[in-house]
Amino acid sequence: MITTIIDIAYLIGAVLFVWGLRQMSSPDTARRGNSLAAIGMGVGILGALFDNRIDGGGNYAWIIGGMFAGAGIGWAAAKKIQMTAMPQLVSIFNGLGGLCAAILSIVELTTTDLDTGGKAISLFALLIGAVAFTGSILAYLKLDGKLKDSQVVWPKHNIINQILLVACLAMCVYLTISVQSIPLLIAFLVLTLFYGWSFVAPIGGADMPVVISLLNSFTGLSAAAAGLIYNNNLMLVGGILVGASGTILTVLMCQAMNRSLWNVVVGGFAGSGGGAQTDGDQVAKSTNAVDTSILLYYSQSVMFVPGYGLAVAQAQKALKELDDMLEANGVDVKYAIHPVAGRMPGHMNVLLAEADVPYPKLLDLDDANAALPSTDVVVIVGANDVVNPAAVDDPSSSIYGMPVLNVWNAKHVIVLKRSMSPGYAGIQNQLFFHEKTKMFFGDAKASIQDLVSEVKNL
Amino acid sequence: MQAILEFISDNLLMIYLLIFTVILGFEVISKVPTVLHTPLMSGANAISGVIIIGAIILIRRSAPDDYLSLTLGTVAIALGMINVVGGFAVTDRMLEMFKKKKK
Repeated sequence: MITTIIDIAYLIGAVLFVWGLRQMSSPDTARRGNSLAAIGMGVGILGALFDNRIDGGGNYAWIIGGMFAGAGIGWAAAKKIQMTAMPQLVSIFNGLGGLCAAILSIVELTTTDLDTGGKAISLFALLIGAVAFTGSILAYLKLDGKLKDSQVVWPKHNIINQILLVACLAMCVYLTISVQSIPLLIAFLVLTLFYGWSFVAPIGGADMPVVISLLNSFTGLSAAAAGLIYNNNLMLVGGILVGASGTILTVLMCQAMNRSLWNVVVGGFAGSGGGAQTDGDQVAKSTNAVDTSILLYYSQSVMFVPGYGLAVAQAQKALKELDDMLEANGVDVKYAIHPVAGRMPGHMNVLLAEADVPYPKLLDLDDANAALPSTDVVVIVGANDVVNPAAVDDPSSSIYGMPVLNVWNAKHVIVLKRSMSPGYAGIQNQLFFHEKTKMFFGDAKASIQDLVSEVKNL
Repeated sequence: MQAILEFISDNLLMIYLLIFTVILGFEVISKVPTVLHTPLMSGANAISGVIIIGAIILIRRSAPDDYLSLTLGTVAIALGMINVVGGFAVTDRMLEMFKKKKK
């Protein structure tokens, strides 16, 4: 009787996970979906606490203690985190999930007598869990600016990584078929932890969204593998859903940069400029707050193109203020969000939502490109490579083929920028010299605040 | 070869579940709009905390004097719980900001 109830609890948990994710397909229902998934998790945890097929000491004091400690830390972290630091938080959570899988597999491998299949699955969970752990920790340190890419890259890093990968897989196979040996298992654990670090080390800068998504899918897969070890369907379903989500996001991020996953993982910082170099005789036209505010105020439609520079300057709220004032004068204001704007998938949308920008005003790449020809003024704030025409018309450029926002189709382009320095990819942007373009130099936040006060005076 | 065939016929339902969940997962998640990709990711993080169930099972079947397993298991439970509580809470915080504002 109890056994059946427990099994039904796991089933309900799995259905709620799927249903909750289904509701994530629209911003209107997403919050309810998240709550549904949380309820599913609660039901599943209750099931595990009361499952009468598990015999042993019980040890509930240990369980409750661990749960309270984890819940407290998790709650505090979730309440405290700034939206700009969301990629760091997701990386840390990811790493902890991977560590959890690694711990479970190592205990399982050392204390229970597993058959070959069980060993293979446990070793697989250990491998990806450990890689997700150290990889995510390094990703966190990079995102938080605590470590620079150049500090962790070694010479011939790609070759080292390939050797490490082969070594990990070979040890995985050997440990599966050989008799149990705890020293070898420890050596395997150390090797996988080291590989996780080394794997992420050469990936950086604009590739961070890819690596975060990839590590996310690893954590999911390790949870699914742990589900196979414990023969628990809810763990299996939950883990696979997370693995699918991470995989899809990884693919989308790669597509948005027109690069293969392999290229991101082994390519490292290969992108060294290239393309037609600009000579000094090209002059960019500059503009000021007075002219720009008049242009914006009396136009029909304006599109903002925010990049990570907007978040760095903390200028989202100022931008929203400008948006409100333009809307009050009947200007149609939209935002064009490139998929790799920000440091993780969808990051820019969250930052703008935090500044109270309603989500129907946020256009994705295709919608924005369709709307651009009928847009009067495009204002680029802290974005560079995602608006570079070289991606469309210069086959010799290293970003050629990457989907970009075709902002030059609009009638006027205003670029808010500190200086003429090139973007992450290290390529000069011909857009700055385009006949429709005017440069508005200065700190993004200060420039937007200037525009706000000028518009007020009109 | 024989072992693989045996494994497949012994675990047929599990294999069905695995494959159908993969298909379902890709179907459901590919419908999530780009606007919500960050909440999707933190929500997925929370769901990957489902591994806490494994940690609970581990502790419950450990002997009361097996302090190594108990300590590691408790750490695993805490880690899983950080994911579950932190993940769902931060996702909720983000999604709250995505309310439609009509003027």
